[in-house]
Amino acid sequence: MLLINCPYCGPRPEAEFANGGQAHIARPADPMSLTDDEWAAYLYMRDNTKGLHHERWRHANGCGRFFNASRDTTTDVIKRTYRMGERPEAEHQGAKP
Amino acid sequence: MLSPAIMRSNALSPMRSSGTTAASATTLSILPDAAKLVFRGKTEAIEAAGAHFGVKPSLEACRFAAVGGRSVYWLGPDEWLFQAVNEDPIEVFGGMSVALQAQACSLVDVSHRSDGIAVAGPTAALVLNHGCPLDLSLKAFPVGMCTRTVLGKASLLLSRSEEHVFHVDVWRSFAPYVWQFLDEARSLS
Repeated sequence: MLLINCPYCGPRPEAEFANGGQAHIARPADPMSLTDDEWAAYLYMRDNTKGLHHERWRHANGCGRFFNASRDTTTDVIKRTYRMGERPEAEHQGAKP
Repeated sequence: MLSPAIMRSNALSPMRSSGTTAASATTLSILPDAAKLVFRGKTEAIEAAGAHFGVKPSLEACRFAAVGGRSVYWLGPDEWLFQAVNEDPIEVFGGMSVALQAQACSLVDVSHRSDGIAVAGPTAALVLNHGCPLDLSLKAFPVGMCTRTVLGKASLLLSRSEEHVFHVDVWRSFAPYVWQFLDEARSLS
């Protein structure tokens, strides 16, 4: 079983966590000014990275908090986890953090 | 109005009479009913809540503090569970909400939501590990630690009150399942 390092509780078994999809997607400040295509892109289009991917996780059966994780999609190794609001470390920033 | 006896019955009471499996080093027992309040708020508010409750809440992750029958469990960075064994939830909640009037926080009475099981004996950790993937050695899960986790298919609050005594707080609808799961596990170990 994978161990995921919750920024609040420490390393915990994968079974306690729920994946929350790609991280660092900001909601457009003024949705009314967007075209339908732009809005659809914000809602549905996600990166399908091979390599380092920043994603949200929730410690659903633990402290209940969301946090971010930088995971390598080829090896499934989670390089780093960090709290909501923080940015990924410079050396971990892929093409699109 | 319904009498309190009808309003609150322990989901585990049928388990008391149901034939449990024979000789095992680990015992299961039903914990007494308690007033349970979930608190969410910042440090200032939790300190005020602890001062009124008479137990200093742990600000360290995954720890609980207890004084007599009252205890406070750390659930998340801004979330705690206040528990008062054999006390009236309405009275405890009333007192707390008056004391917290000036604070920005949330307090919810969840006394009816869950029931408690004590798992005791030298192989208690082994029994729990049949369905719980956490490291329950004393080093990784010392006395005084508490956390929400999973056991089989159920989510629950696990705490260690003594070296060989764990307390499980589980939602009513999962309680019979968890009891039977632990009962089967202890008959195997």
